[in-house]
Amino acid sequence: MNPSPYNFTWPFSPPDNIVLVIAIILGKILVMVAAAMLHVAYCTWFERKIIGHMQVRIGPNRVGPFGLLQPIADGIKLFFKEDVIPRPGVGSTKFRIVFKVAPLLVLFATLSSLAVVPVFEAFYIANINIGLLYILALSAVSTYGIIMAGWASDSKYAFLGSLRSSAQLISYEVAMGLSLVGVMMLAGSLNFIDIVKAQQTSWHGMYLIPQFLGYFVFMVSALAETNRAPFDLPEAESELVAGYFVEYSGMRFALFFLGEYIAMIVMSCVAVLCFWGGWGLPPVLYKVVPALNDLPQSVKTFIEAVVFLCKVYSHLFLYYWIRATLPRYRYDQLMRIGWTVLIPLALVNIVITALVKYFF
Amino acid sequence: MSPHLRRLATKELTINMGPQHPATHGVLRLVLDLDGEKVIKCTPYVGYLHRGTEKLGENRTYPMVLPLTDRLDYVSSMANNIGYCVAVERLLGVSVPERAKFIRTIMAELTRIANHIVWLATHALDIGAMTVFLYSMREREKILELYEMACGARLTVTYPRIGGVRCDINQEFIDACTAFINEFPSHVEEYERLIDQNRIWLVRTKGIGVISAEEAINWGLTGPTLRGSGVPYDVRKCAPYDAYDQIDFDIPLGTNCDVYDRYRCRMEEFRQSVRIIRQCLEKLPGGLVLNPDAPGYDMAAGPRKKPAPPAPPPAAGAAPSEAPAAPAGPQFEDLYVATEVPKGELGFYFVSDGTGKPYRMHVRAPSFVHASVLPRLCEGGLVADVIANIGTIDIVLGECDR
Repeated sequence: MNPSPYNFTWPFSPPDNIVLVIAIILGKILVMVAAAMLHVAYCTWFERKIIGHMQVRIGPNRVGPFGLLQPIADGIKLFFKEDVIPRPGVGSTKFRIVFKVAPLLVLFATLSSLAVVPVFEAFYIANINIGLLYILALSAVSTYGIIMAGWASDSKYAFLGSLRSSAQLISYEVAMGLSLVGVMMLAGSLNFIDIVKAQQTSWHGMYLIPQFLGYFVFMVSALAETNRAPFDLPEAESELVAGYFVEYSGMRFALFFLGEYIAMIVMSCVAVLCFWGGWGLPPVLYKVVPALNDLPQSVKTFIEAVVFLCKVYSHLFLYYWIRATLPRYRYDQLMRIGWTVLIPLALVNIVITALVKYFF
Repeated sequence: MSPHLRRLATKELTINMGPQHPATHGVLRLVLDLDGEKVIKCTPYVGYLHRGTEKLGENRTYPMVLPLTDRLDYVSSMANNIGYCVAVERLLGVSVPERAKFIRTIMAELTRIANHIVWLATHALDIGAMTVFLYSMREREKILELYEMACGARLTVTYPRIGGVRCDINQEFIDACTAFINEFPSHVEEYERLIDQNRIWLVRTKGIGVISAEEAINWGLTGPTLRGSGVPYDVRKCAPYDAYDQIDFDIPLGTNCDVYDRYRCRMEEFRQSVRIIRQCLEKLPGGLVLNPDAPGYDMAAGPRKKPAPPAPPPAAGAAPSEAPAAPAGPQFEDLYVATEVPKGELGFYFVSDGTGKPYRMHVRAPSFVHASVLPRLCEGGLVADVIANIGTIDIVLGECDR
């Protein structure tokens, strides 16, 4: 075979019913985005209730039973608020368009990362073989939104907040990427479905046990990456009032807020898929209870989806728990932890994983 | 330097922190010059809550000034009332019944606990520990209920009077107060469990805002802010008033002069206050709670009531000279009396012209003096340390601006 540049063949053949395929993908996207938005709304409720009970108070309880309609009321309120866009100062070269686009960019980056998250084995929007890399790349893109917001706000507080945020995101991205290398080495793949299937080969069905060091580094960097306590410096209320979105109001503020919560959900999904065994139950359970093998496929799929959601919510609970417990780090301490503790730990984890994989 | 390079040169970022800022404890305004995150220069501006308390006092008789003192440090209004009453009693030579002295001491110490609770809550919230805030507010509520039981008011109480207290406390109050001081130490342990051994809390507070004992004295710091630097100065010990000379208690001191030691001092003061209240409740004598000869509101512009025989009070800096026959024209005398309020030394300085109104009243507010030390504490630190330092000096702007 002598490949000729004029004899090019597509790497894939377009299916005959391309319209149907596109319609299915669009439908999946719609379901995923709608589900994500609903989850975000109830994540806020969940957070307020949990932190409320941890802090000897009740949390939202006025709108609807147990305050269940509170997120919807909040959404309506934010939607009808005035959208204030600061006028750039005299001689300023800052563009209003940057101010307007910044929250969209953050939301776009976080929402798109949901595309590669498989909820169970058969439900995903895109099953690409670099899923993990794609998520890491998109979380870097949202940094641009934050920098743009801080710069275009023409406010010193927002500017300081965005500087802090970009420095934080860039340094913790390194630690986060390195912490996932161990998982990639064990699974031999960057595809989430392969990673989850690879975890099913052990009796516990989780990489959490061999990769506990990697998980620890990942967890800490995920907190920093999503600007959550104790690393919520960019929006440290007591220092910078609200950080980079101090000048935003109404729906544009809500977009940042949505972006932050979707980023939390995505990070939890990644943690669950890479370390907690994804949608799979521990294989040992199938041995102990053989009846589980005989269930019809539809029931199995349902169980998988429920298991996945439960794991994601347990992971989100960790976020809330930490927020209710810990004070906030100082900027220099945060950077020091990132560079002198987390990155060396992640490197040690890589070396250990490599040695173990090579010799055993 | 070429013009191109000059354009590239960095310059400090000046930010205005306050008066509307969630962490400046009211309306303190700080102008910070920042080099990145580092504070090059810090300039506090005060006066956004100025209500002219001192000037208002000149147009009111001594008992009528009392409700104004509630509004100085509204977090610990009872302590201000007591401070004012002690000062005016020394000036007018009014004696206080023993029972009233003990009740006031109980109230002063309850106020100290309530104030330190607010301090702990906001300090921890500023550093990011949100839960401590809500836990400690739960106990403050109980103290406010005790106030309510004693006098009906919760925040601006105006409970003490010149010559005693407004009304007696009953058995119900004593029982509730005993129950409170019995359970409170366990709550202090709860707060300490949350933050005392917390790594993040330690790195945020240890070695921050260091000020040596000598410097602290020179800056005029008082109260736990001074004692954190190891200076054993407490007006309750040095110039006892009310029942403090009959009570046994310790003054907690710090050694490292930093934010953490000042935090530890205040946490220990919780326990000392409980100890003082317990002794007061045990020793509480019977009798009147208000001197029947104490001046009323009607002392108006007429001559100040003076008891005929008794000797002038001992602690006064310039004791009034008792002239046998009052000559014509105003007779000026002045007096400075300090008390230990939770924030430090609260002093009242009066110039009297012999009438029922103060000729001049000055309030030595610890918050005002403490706000002036902020540049010394913050410069060279980071932005986040500014927040920790504002918390550690424990200021209330109502008192600072007066």
